[in-house]
Amino acid sequence: MTFDFNMMNIFLLALFLAAGVWTVLTSRLLISAIGLAVTSIMLTILLFLMKAPLAGVFELSVCAGLITVVFISTISLTKPVEKSEVLQLKMKRLKRFVFLPLLLFLAAWVLFAKPLHLTNPAQVPVEQTTLQHVLWFARRFDLIGQILIILTGVFGVIVLFKTKTGQAEKQDNER
Amino acid sequence: MSGDMSTFFSISVIFAVLMVFTALYCILTSRNLIRILIGLELMTKAVTLLLAVGGYVSGRMALAQSFIITLIVIEVVIIAVAAGIVIGTYRHTNDLDARKLNSLKG
Repeated sequence: MTFDFNMMNIFLLALFLAAGVWTVLTSRLLISAIGLAVTSIMLTILLFLMKAPLAGVFELSVCAGLITVVFISTISLTKPVEKSEVLQLKMKRLKRFVFLPLLLFLAAWVLFAKPLHLTNPAQVPVEQTTLQHVLWFARRFDLIGQILIILTGVFGVIVLFKTKTGQAEKQDNER
Repeated sequence: MSGDMSTFFSISVIFAVLMVFTALYCILTSRNLIRILIGLELMTKAVTLLLAVGGYVSGRMALAQSFIITLIVIEVVIIAVAAGIVIGTYRHTNDLDARKLNSLKG
């Protein structure tokens, strides 16, 4: 590691912290969300310099991109809802659990019928392996957790937009 | 670990801890639910930095990258679900004030 590289890292770390402080101190929520994206970009550059390009790409695309979109959507969607819409949502509460038995049956069938081979076949020390090897062999169990978490996120996004569908249905009924 | 690497590691840890303090300040002083989420997000940024520096210094960057990717996946899911909860809360209370979340009825 050269001295210049070290100084550049420290400069980027300072910018990273400055962007974080700006995010916290700014009064407008939209500017705060943009500040968060800038913090992510600084972290991405640091990750690239620390020879972690894949993590950098994930940070840039997911954290600086997707999460900023989620925040801006949340800020724009926070508007009042009418009482009639709340009652309509309560009436439909039980309908959400219709597919639960089917999903439980499918999950049980996959878990019992198909062996998942979760044992660790890699005996190579982790510092000598590539990221692909670590993810697919040494940390295979993490991938299953990630898949489950992504599914949870899908349901989170459905929750994010579910009332909008209710409003659209109401508008259709009024017509 | 060489001297330069040791210095870089120490400085990175200091910056990460400062970022955690900044995020904690944001979470503790803010009453707006979206701003609390932003504080949580900043805290995970600090953790990402710590993981990356740890991997870089120890020479286990592949393992560190796999942990970072896992962290990012968890982070985005938490934010998506929390954003949904914030919107639902807002539609029930017409407010984003965290102090008004004292009723668990319904």
